[in-house]
Amino acid sequence: MVRSKVVPDNDKKELAEILKISGETINDCMQCGKCTAGCPATGGMDILPHQIIRDLQLGQVKKVMESKTIWSCASCFACASRCPRNVDLARLMEAARLLIVRKKGSARLKPETVSQLMEDKKMPQQAVVSAFRKYNK
Amino acid sequence: MKYSYYPGCTLKTKAQELEKFALDSARELGVSLEEQKDWQCCGAVYPMGKDEVATKLSSVRSLAAARDKGEKLVTLCSACHHVIKRVNDDMKNDSAIREKVNNYLELEKSYSGEGEVIHFLEMLRDDIGFDKLAEKVTNPLKGRKIGAYYGCLLLRPNREMNFDDPENPVIIENFIAALGAEPVKYPYRTECCGGYLITDNKAVTDEMTENIVKSAAMNKVEEIVTACPLCKYNLEESGEAGNKNIGVSYFTELLAEALGVK
Repeated sequence: MVRSKVVPDNDKKELAEILKISGETINDCMQCGKCTAGCPATGGMDILPHQIIRDLQLGQVKKVMESKTIWSCASCFACASRCPRNVDLARLMEAARLLIVRKKGSARLKPETVSQLMEDKKMPQQAVVSAFRKYNK
Repeated sequence: MKYSYYPGCTLKTKAQELEKFALDSARELGVSLEEQKDWQCCGAVYPMGKDEVATKLSSVRSLAAARDKGEKLVTLCSACHHVIKRVNDDMKNDSAIREKVNNYLELEKSYSGEGEVIHFLEMLRDDIGFDKLAEKVTNPLKGRKIGAYYGCLLLRPNREMNFDDPENPVIIENFIAALGAEPVKYPYRTECCGGYLITDNKAVTDEMTENIVKSAAMNKVEEIVTACPLCKYNLEESGEAGNKNIGVSYFTELLAEALGVK
């Protein structure tokens, strides 16, 4: 019996995009788990940070793109700063988010929502500008 | 000492006291911070995509304008500092970004990261010196137990920010000590507050900020200082009930108070 591994084509295409946008070399990751150990946002994650890289190494892009994890990452750069192999996971998370929000109609934050956010009189502009840059292209 | 000064969007609106106390204190210290004429919003988050150019242009405009005047560019907001500093790094080290940005901007003299951006705290530490600052204090903040909250943006990633030791920073503690107060270190002072996630994922930011405030309280911190308007907001609103126990203020307010100009 011949066993063959089937990787769907759009997964390959999307992985290539993620690597291009992030500029990262995922095969440098040796799964030490330091990123996960120091991540302050794992409370909102369904796949742990080091598992995200492992999934990308295995070509499981769909799983990553559909995860809650990429939307729980706060871009705090703790993982990127501490990685002993210089893999910038924050950039990979960003690339996965960009692939989604750059698609027409897929913005996560709509302009209508901004006025609701600003109803909170203490909400700093910085929060809205950041969120808009992250969630709408 | 004369510098170009980049304020940022929030300092003109919800965080006016961060700017006001800084400018009043700078005057007292004999430092001239001249606001840049045509500054534009930095975008508040560093654009990590290697293919993004437009979102880096406003930082380059400010950097190039300061370079043309032969001045360092001073920032006050952690987010602005983070964005401008990292874009400067890209202009220095990433030839693809440098070329695209220069082609687009068509500056009189092209820009290659030769300018320097420093945070107000770095100006106090490196250009004035905390020992000199301590000599100028007229109203020492004796007996106050103050915890520094660094957050992420000033410290990480260290190879680009080069601000202080990213795991065990001392700059704000040394600043607090120079003002005559007692700096209190607590473990979560460099942990992220959740930042912009507050707009979309409050459950996560609640957990993150509560960890920080609890860590400060356990170490008997009586007040927290920060340089970031969004950190201040998140720490104040942490948890369902909000943080009612420890006040959060800008580091510049402490400075103005100690210099007798508050």
